Amino acid sequence: MVGSGILKGLAETARNFVGSYASEERMTTVEYPEEKLPRIEASRNFPFLVFDGDDWHAGMRCVSCQICEKECPPKCIYIEKSTDKKPDAVGKLQNYPARFDIDISVCMSCQICVEVCPFDAIKMDNAFEYFATDRFGDLVLDKQKLSRSNEYYHQIHPTEAANVDAELAAARAKAAPKPAAPAAAAAAPAVAKPAAAPEVTASTANKPAANDPAKESNG
Amino acid sequence: MSATATLPPAAMLLDSEEGSQYLEISMGPHHPSTHGVFRMNVVLDGETVIKLKPVFGYLHRNHEKIAENETYLGSMPYTDRLDYFCSLTNNWGYALAVEKLAGIEVPERAEYIRVITAELTRLQNHASLVGFLMQDMGASGTPLMYAFREREKILDLFEALTGARMMCNYMRFGGCRCDLPAGWLDWAKKVVASFPKFLDEFETLLVGNEIIMARTQGVGVLSRELAISAGITGPMLRASGVNYDLRKVDKYGIYDRFSFRVPLGDHGDVYDRYMMRLLEMRESLKILEQAMKDIPEGPFTDPKTKVRNFRPKPGEAYGRIEAPKGELGYYLISDGSPNPYRYRVRPPSLINLTVLEDMCLGRNVADVVITLGSVDIVLGEVDR
Amino acid sequence: MTLEALAALKLEIEKNVPGAIVEIITNPSVSAQHSLLIDNAHGLAVAMFLRDAPELKLDYCSNVTGIDWPSREMTEKTKVKKMVEGPDGPVEKLVDEVRKWTTPAYLEVVYHLYSMTLGTGPVILRLRTGDRGENVQVPSFYSVWRSCDLQEREVYDLYGVIFEGHPDLRRLLMWDEFTDWPMRRDYVDPDDYEYEPTAHDEVLTRAKAHYPAAAPAESGPAEDNA
Repeated sequence: MVGSGILKGLAETARNFVGSYASEERMTTVEYPEEKLPRIEASRNFPFLVFDGDDWHAGMRCVSCQICEKECPPKCIYIEKSTDKKPDAVGKLQNYPARFDIDISVCMSCQICVEVCPFDAIKMDNAFEYFATDRFGDLVLDKQKLSRSNEYYHQIHPTEAANVDAELAAARAKAAPKPAAPAAAAAAPAVAKPAAAPEVTASTANKPAANDPAKESNG
Repeated sequence: MSATATLPPAAMLLDSEEGSQYLEISMGPHHPSTHGVFRMNVVLDGETVIKLKPVFGYLHRNHEKIAENETYLGSMPYTDRLDYFCSLTNNWGYALAVEKLAGIEVPERAEYIRVITAELTRLQNHASLVGFLMQDMGASGTPLMYAFREREKILDLFEALTGARMMCNYMRFGGCRCDLPAGWLDWAKKVVASFPKFLDEFETLLVGNEIIMARTQGVGVLSRELAISAGITGPMLRASGVNYDLRKVDKYGIYDRFSFRVPLGDHGDVYDRYMMRLLEMRESLKILEQAMKDIPEGPFTDPKTKVRNFRPKPGEAYGRIEAPKGELGYYLISDGSPNPYRYRVRPPSLINLTVLEDMCLGRNVADVVITLGSVDIVLGEVDR
Repeated sequence: MTLEALAALKLEIEKNVPGAIVEIITNPSVSAQHSLLIDNAHGLAVAMFLRDAPELKLDYCSNVTGIDWPSREMTEKTKVKKMVEGPDGPVEKLVDEVRKWTTPAYLEVVYHLYSMTLGTGPVILRLRTGDRGENVQVPSFYSVWRSCDLQEREVYDLYGVIFEGHPDLRRLLMWDEFTDWPMRRDYVDPDDYEYEPTAHDEVLTRAKAHYPAAAPAESGPAEDNA
């Protein structure tokens, strides 16, 4: 009979319509932002810099080796090395970034910086509720705005963070017995600082952070 | 830039030889039926299409040039953005070409993970393509929303595995970036087990529908000979009755281990092309069930392959896979440096559009819309 | 395809297409995809033969690629035995000899051919232009494989190879008024610098040209921020 196919299809839509009120598997809509889905652990958005302890500057793991800057496909990272040194996460004396900017309007969240970082210093955030009104002021994040504590890292990626902590603890235990040697070893690979690049980055120091994920609950 | 200087008027009248007038209309680049920024210059005699010239390049970013200035690894996230519906198969094609170039062995577990992710990609691509095609026919939203409801479940799986729903950037030369997280496989099994129910519903909704049959059967016919000569690949080729599926022909990866069939069409019309997608989803489910049952433990990547400072020896290689849209090939030339000397993508979407004019001549404008819909294009890949 | 099989195919082509000059280009990588270089005058005849020969049936041209090979300075150091004037008369000695040459400049088009009927392939064909300036003509395979249609247009668009016999050779991806060939190695980007806060490498050099005072205004140039 002509039209039976259409009637069958209409019966199907009716079942879906009723089901969208009654059946658990068809109720897929979530009333965002009142209601939020639980965050998937592996999800990633933009990179951040991990620090240990309470002081973001003293505890910063980044030693400004500039590998991520070189490997970043869209070249959204900009690093200047410091001239002095401070102890890194393992306890060796290392350089730290005098300047570390990420232009998150260029960043494509590919995670390659995380993969190539030998110091577990840069990780992917999963906060996505950003907004910005100023292209250069809000979307170019300096190292302070990029810093997140290790506790925050544990909060968003618990499995991965636990693995990283175990590795770091092992490295610290290895470095601990001879505290004098690593300092000399660390000094050797520190290459001469490249000629200072001209200042092409807008200053963003005084602006409040675009988003403070520490205040937000996850899930 | 003078790109805007010569934009033609949206429609103009041309004088024909017989004294009547033809209407030339510019469909696109912002037309709801073109699936992106794609333009067709269509010349009409009354309602009938007498000429159709596709215009490309609105999304052109010279992907190949970017890749020649990137490291081998650095191009991987850019491949996600070719066919942004199927980033995992794009990753696989590129990884396969590099593995051929550098002679890298892929561990068994990684091969299984690749098959699982690729077939999940095929499921969600075909489901949403059928939805889009119905949308083009005027079924506003309902089939598309059903398809997207299922697609979202698969995208959640991708997010849990790779960290991103669409821009996965997951495969690496010699394996994958990370292992399956705990519990992922059980979750995926659940999603795959619930998929046939959706397919049954979808088929009840669509397959017997008289309006769909009237609109699609005998429309946009592509002959077997033209399909072969024009290099058409994927479901579109098989709808014309050519048995050519790279999963069977090349048996890349570990596809020789799974039993599945290749659906073939008979008429090469829009109806066959759309049925091809529904049937292929069933076959993908078969492969998924086998792969999820057999997946072994072991390393997920080749430990000998370096992530950084990857320099293949000089030479060239062409690697191709059966992406959901057709044969996706990557042609690489290495000169021993960290960047490829030449990097070429063979985009199935673009080459499948070669015959768009041939399929549309003599039909009317509404048929052009669904013929284009049945080709399955993504402009990120067409324009690169 | 192994080198032996390719050598047999070369003989086959030379037998069936009189006058065709075929050269085997070896591929040193592990992929071992060697290719055949065809002379332009007999290109079309060879392509027709490959498509129609019953034992080959290469009916499917999968991929058409353009490649730019600009002229490069090559140096090779070799140790050569030479008679050198020593303190006790001439002595034979190993001397470094540096050989310098420049490679010819040309554009290349590569075709990957498969057989859908027999499931074989790839056979890889190469065509070369005379140089990168005036002699950039190669025969079009449009009449042999329809799949060359858009792909040859793309090679023309991005490399400037002129395919003789292509019925509709227009730009494909760039707009019609565009004049340069963007995929050539010596292509220079137009200087339409946009302010970028994290400038690198070439962008940094360009930034300097646009903002000679080293530091641009606090939050970029006014017109970009407006």
